[in-house]
Amino acid sequence: MLKLKRKPKTVEITSASMADIAFLLLIFFLVTTTIDVDKGIGLTLPDPRGEKKEIREKNITNLLVNEAGQVLLDLREIPVLQIKDVIAEKIRENPKLIVSVKTARNTPYNIYIAVLDQLKQANARKISLAEPDK
Amino acid sequence: MNIKKNKRGIPAISTSSMPDIVFLLIIFFMISSVFKEFRGMPIVLPAAKKIEKLRGKRDVGYMWVDRFDRIMIDDRIVNLDEISDIMYVKRADPLSPLRVVSLKIDEEVRMGIVTDVQEELKKADCLNISYATKTKD
Repeated sequence: MLKLKRKPKTVEITSASMADIAFLLLIFFLVTTTIDVDKGIGLTLPDPRGEKKEIREKNITNLLVNEAGQVLLDLREIPVLQIKDVIAEKIRENPKLIVSVKTARNTPYNIYIAVLDQLKQANARKISLAEPDK
Repeated sequence: MNIKKNKRGIPAISTSSMPDIVFLLIIFFMISSVFKEFRGMPIVLPAAKKIEKLRGKRDVGYMWVDRFDRIMIDDRIVNLDEISDIMYVKRADPLSPLRVVSLKIDEEVRMGIVTDVQEELKKADCLNISYATKTKD
């Protein structure tokens, strides 16, 4: 009778598919993650401890937004979408111009954002927020 | 002279380091990603064109105001007079002091409450704010 001698084998786990598994994980996480970037209109509020500055009348322009969403620029009513051009023109004339935005307590927030957006589009850097009258 | 002929075959690219590369990628993405911390409230953000991206998430604080004028910070509805205390603690956090406060305000909210919130933020020395908006096309 033939006697077979068994060689003790070392069992090995193949690592060839490791890359596939890792890639699968990577792709799964890449697909399932949603990257949402926070976007918005940035603004710096005035420091309440800072002293109040006196500003010359000619360097300030008043922008009033009422409850109905109508905009008054220097006592003249203009459509929201025209603010950009008018303010850009004013800033070109006077780079020191400060735009003072004043809203009423009942002004809709989306009108306010639309106005701020127009000012940002006109590259107005000096925006002042006037407190609404109580 | 015995010159061995060079065997010209296509040299195989070793794939043995592939898992290492992929794992490195996975670990990079795991470390660099930040999870959304708060659920927030169902709100409709206003849209704007000229918007800035908020860089980083770790030092941004979030506040929600929904159309019923409810204010929410960290998934908890708060009163107006609580805001300054809460935000001041966050602002003075030694590990990750707040840099920007992102205001997620519903477009149907009236300006009165927005101004009140801003006044409270001023008290808490949170002066950098950002009105969260959608992108308008």
